[in-house]
Amino acid sequence: MSEAVSCRQLFKRYDGGKKSVEAVRGLDLHVSRGECFGLLGPNGAGKTTTVEILEGLLQPTSGEVEVLGLRWGEGRDHELRQKLGVTLQETKLREKLSVLETLRLFRSFYDDGIAPEAALALVSLEEKAAAWVLKLSGGQRQRLAVACALVGKPELLFLDEPTTGLDPQARRQLWDVVTDLKRQGNTILLTTHYMDEAEKLCDRVAIVDHGQVIAEGSPKDLISRMGGEHVIEFTLQPNGDSGVGPSVFEELEDVRKAVEESGSYLLTVSEPHRSIPALLELLRRENLVLGSLTTRHVNLEDVFVNLTGRHLRDE
Amino acid sequence: MSTSRDGTFAMNENAFVQLVLSHLRGYLREPEAIFWTYGFPLIMVLGLGVAFNTETETVTAFTVSEAAASMPVVKALGEDASFDVAVLPLEEALIGLRRNRTPLVLSIDESGDVEYFFDPTNPDGSAARRLVDDAMQRAAGRTDALGWTDRRTDAPGSRYVDFLVPGLIGMNIMGAGLWGIGFSTVDLRVKNLLKRMVATPMKRSHFLLSLVSSRIVFFIPEMTFLLIAAHLVFGVPIAGSYATILLIAFLGSLTFAGLGLLTASRARRIESISGLMNLVMIPMWLCSGIFFSSERFPAFLQPFIQALPLTQLIDALRAVILSGESLLSQTTPLMILGAWSIVSYALALKFFRWV
Repeated sequence: MSEAVSCRQLFKRYDGGKKSVEAVRGLDLHVSRGECFGLLGPNGAGKTTTVEILEGLLQPTSGEVEVLGLRWGEGRDHELRQKLGVTLQETKLREKLSVLETLRLFRSFYDDGIAPEAALALVSLEEKAAAWVLKLSGGQRQRLAVACALVGKPELLFLDEPTTGLDPQARRQLWDVVTDLKRQGNTILLTTHYMDEAEKLCDRVAIVDHGQVIAEGSPKDLISRMGGEHVIEFTLQPNGDSGVGPSVFEELEDVRKAVEESGSYLLTVSEPHRSIPALLELLRRENLVLGSLTTRHVNLEDVFVNLTGRHLRDE
Repeated sequence: MSTSRDGTFAMNENAFVQLVLSHLRGYLREPEAIFWTYGFPLIMVLGLGVAFNTETETVTAFTVSEAAASMPVVKALGEDASFDVAVLPLEEALIGLRRNRTPLVLSIDESGDVEYFFDPTNPDGSAARRLVDDAMQRAAGRTDALGWTDRRTDAPGSRYVDFLVPGLIGMNIMGAGLWGIGFSTVDLRVKNLLKRMVATPMKRSHFLLSLVSSRIVFFIPEMTFLLIAAHLVFGVPIAGSYATILLIAFLGSLTFAGLGLLTASRARRIESISGLMNLVMIPMWLCSGIFFSSERFPAFLQPFIQALPLTQLIDALRAVILSGESLLSQTTPLMILGAWSIVSYALALKFFRWV
């Protein structure tokens, strides 16, 4: 079976005289059918530009793009659009249309699809069918946007920042919707700058920074590539001396990497039951006193920090 | 809602209907829009109709000294119901003239000689000067050499209010097309809905056509309503055939909807569309003969004024509504409107910013 999405050496430059911006710089991407693929990266990394090129809304400056085995601009755009479901980042649907009217409108654009009522059921919005979009909460609007993308029974679903700006409960409801869609075998390409979202929803993730993919794999793979699966995070009580460099801790048993970040030390380890006693021993020897100490699993945020030295949400 | 698989035509037709419905619903559910479409034009016709339908014989004139006020000719002027005379110091009277509170100031000396102060570029000033002079000369004993009779032409069909109503209908067609289409298009663009729609298999021509159609569906009842109101309240005659009036209004709506699409084809912000709309509409507001005949403008401006679509639309509406002229007699204005439509739609389609 062909790939759902493949793009090679994708470039996109927005010309604005002296202020030209190169949003995408040689991005490669391969999404298989049936998987949920995530583009994870900070704001401005080029994620939205990339998906809008894949959706046929923007022209790439250069590069090869193939979506469901077809290319944009070769006379089969209409056929291709029949097979795609799209939610854009921030679409404001007409406020004075009801939920069902909105879905009927979108359904009318597709030759084949599911009943508007069935699309509502997929996003658990049945009881709002008659309500005006105006009356919906942010989470409900976002679920309606997903329903509008599903009503044409897409072979490939694009979700651009599906949970940005939603409260935690609404995010979780949307995650449930996406998880259900995954379970039914849909191919989904989503973008997000939430690492927990990518970790929870995506079979594979491409970490995007400055218009390029800097790492790719399943969340588990990416995390294990860090060398350890746990992070020990601690602070020291001030003792009058100048601070201690993080490199001191890299000498310890089981510690793969040590960084200092705004007064905290982060140690990447694989076996905390061995590294923690070693750490405590070192601190005692050096007459240093702990301010706090916690441990947690490594997450995609740590992977991103490790790769770029920055946080996902710095910008 | 269709789930037909038997060819694209059924699907597309349905999409078009759904698009028109979505525009109509969005619009009908906006009470303010309803007011600006139906209420405001009606208020304007009623207001202007009342303002210009009162007889305007009274001319206010000022005399300037107590001594002059007691002279027989001035007394006769004061007793004439056509004039409204006040006695004031000259300075104060001239201020009144400058502020347009009176069209004419008289300064009369002891011997009865009169100085007239008025603005010759203001038609009321010249008229008042002639009327007051006539009245005073007659009161002083002048007899007219030729006999005369007044024939009043304020019968329905030739009054100012009759002239005004087709002008206001034309103005409304322009406003509905430009504001209606322009704003909703830019609004949809700002909300990213245009982009969302072109990400579906929707046909772009269907979208543009649906916008225009929904406007026209709205406009025809609006115009009918205005015309009937003017007919009932002021007795404005409807001399021509209804079908011809409707056809002209339809072509006018189509033209201005096209112009609205073109004006909105690139704009990304409500502020810029407002400015563009004014740029397009103000010349027509001023020159196309809504409130007074466009022929009053100097000859060198006429080719430009006659090329404006609103001039042609209003002229055709007046000819048909007031004089009952046939559709065939309006071929030239309709062709000029048609040319504007074709050019507007062609350019709008070419330059329209979807994403």
